[in-house]
Amino acid sequence: MKRCRITEAFRKAKAESRGAFTAYLTMGCPTPEAGEKAVGDVIAAGADIVEIGVPFSDPFADGGVIRSASYEAIRHGMTLEKSLAAAKRLRERHPDTGFVLFSYYNPIFSFGTGRFADAAADAGIDAVLVVDLPLEERGELLQALSPKGIGYIPLIAPNTPLERVKEIGEGLENSFLYVMTVKGTTGERTSLPEDLAARLEEIRSVSHLPVAAGFGISTKAQAEEISRHADGYIVGSALVKKLMRGEKPCLS
Amino acid sequence: MPETARKNKGNTMKKHYGQYGGQYVAETLVAPLKELEAAYVEAKADPAFQREFGEILREYVGRESPLTYARRLSEHLGGAKILLKREDLNHTGAHKINNTVGQALLARRMGKKRLIAETGAGMHGVATATVAALFGMPCDVYMGAIDVERQSPNVERMKMLGARIHAVSEGSATLKDAMNEALRDWVSNCDDTFYVIGTAAGPAPYPEMVKDFQSVIGAEARRQCLEKFSRLPDEAIACVGGGSNAIGLFAGFMGDKEVKLVGVEAGGKGLESGEHAASINGGRPGVLHGAKTMLLETADGNILDTYSVSAGLDYPGVGPEHCFLHDTGRAEYTVITDDEAIAAFDMLCRFEGIIPALESSHAVAEAIKRAPSLGKDGIILVNLSGRGDKDMQSVTLYKERNSI
Repeated sequence: MKRCRITEAFRKAKAESRGAFTAYLTMGCPTPEAGEKAVGDVIAAGADIVEIGVPFSDPFADGGVIRSASYEAIRHGMTLEKSLAAAKRLRERHPDTGFVLFSYYNPIFSFGTGRFADAAADAGIDAVLVVDLPLEERGELLQALSPKGIGYIPLIAPNTPLERVKEIGEGLENSFLYVMTVKGTTGERTSLPEDLAARLEEIRSVSHLPVAAGFGISTKAQAEEISRHADGYIVGSALVKKLMRGEKPCLS
Repeated sequence: MPETARKNKGNTMKKHYGQYGGQYVAETLVAPLKELEAAYVEAKADPAFQREFGEILREYVGRESPLTYARRLSEHLGGAKILLKREDLNHTGAHKINNTVGQALLARRMGKKRLIAETGAGMHGVATATVAALFGMPCDVYMGAIDVERQSPNVERMKMLGARIHAVSEGSATLKDAMNEALRDWVSNCDDTFYVIGTAAGPAPYPEMVKDFQSVIGAEARRQCLEKFSRLPDEAIACVGGGSNAIGLFAGFMGDKEVKLVGVEAGGKGLESGEHAASINGGRPGVLHGAKTMLLETADGNILDTYSVSAGLDYPGVGPEHCFLHDTGRAEYTVITDDEAIAAFDMLCRFEGIIPALESSHAVAEAIKRAPSLGKDGIILVNLSGRGDKDMQSVTLYKERNSI
């Protein structure tokens, strides 16, 4: 039977009375080799789930750090296909970590959704997150992923009504709701919105899926604060920034 | 029920055109797009909104724009009569103002406090800065750094009108990158900011809304042609970057099956050179900036840098309805190279005393190609979407570099 590593990761964190830690890394950044090695580093540092970020030429939803990482990765020849190959190698070394492939839609659409689902399954990808594929448009991809047992991670925005949150979560398995803490692009913020705790609790109350918050989280203190109101947290830009400076990708 | 009908059902506006269109956006933009759609549907049905829109077009933009018979050019070519729909005579010098007036009116109605826009050649930026001044709203315009360089007169115009210009030097530093940056601004400030998209592309409902605001071009041209020549044109030609002037022209003739609709893409140095911006002729289906569209992309699904002598056509995608019209065969899409566009630019200057925008010169070039083979009774309608004052530097440079 196919493992549900995303569900497992949240269950394990809950049993240990902590929030599940999801780490985002852009494949190919700072180099393909170093980027791949960094996945091992974040797992060693406690990541339960790793978002394998596919670089895209036009990262219009990203802030400066991940954009720079994306351009750098493309300069190093990183592609969706190579990201999947890296994931496959990483899967052998890390049989228990949840792997989420994180991408814009065009690389996947261009690759072909059916062919992508096959390759992702072969690489041991547990779930897929697509930045620019809201509820209304996700059918095409889900149709390809579902038969392979690959989950889909939807995004929830600060302005997503609760009714819609329910609809978004409907029918998804081996997944979590990725709650964006702020309206805007990815990247570190010095402070998180005051009403975030209430918003997270509200979303939790209507969701059968675990709820994790991301965007702007860069410190352990922030992660702990989030974990009081959510099942987990996601850190991206803060890790990528360290990597690009040649430092270990970990939370300060 | 066919897929398209199912997807469009229950929605108040058209979102898909065959396999194209849609709303491929970050979740944060779903609510603002719904708000926009609801507001526009209501405004469209409100006679007061339409009355004010019509009044501003008449008394501020200077509509209707004339339909000019290009007599000397037509006689020189010895074939069909070429008629020019003179969008170049609009206030601010292009068709773009039709759309920005409509969107600014809507922004005001929605209580939005600030306008943002992307711009390529700068015409849409100028048109947005203009309506922002007219309505007393702050305005930020995103423009690729390369375009800031090659369209500097428009940058100065925008500044004089009170807009803040943000030069975008990421990626290819042209229109697509300006649009990326405008989307980033919008996603962060959507509560009080209205994003004035300049072409019939982007996520629904923009393509349909922009078509509505630009359809005044086709409606007027159809009536003017009937009044003057007692018949419809054989062909209606317009240049296509994102495709707003073309879709506005085509809208007037969509039901007239006998009128051939022709969109002209920027062929740059030729399709085979790879240096062009012809998304329909040289691309494949993809997803960018909120819509499924024909796209110029690499094998890995990254967006290609495009090239055209005309900054306004220098975009790797195209409005979704054009892709659909191409697939169904209702419209034909051709390619005109830089050289052909420059030659057409010169001919229109010398034969008619009209300096066209480089974008519009692509449509003129296509008409010049076609006119001789159509008989003297034939009529070709060309949308002269803008004037060429902004292009003096580009044309001079191009001629120097290519020893023309």
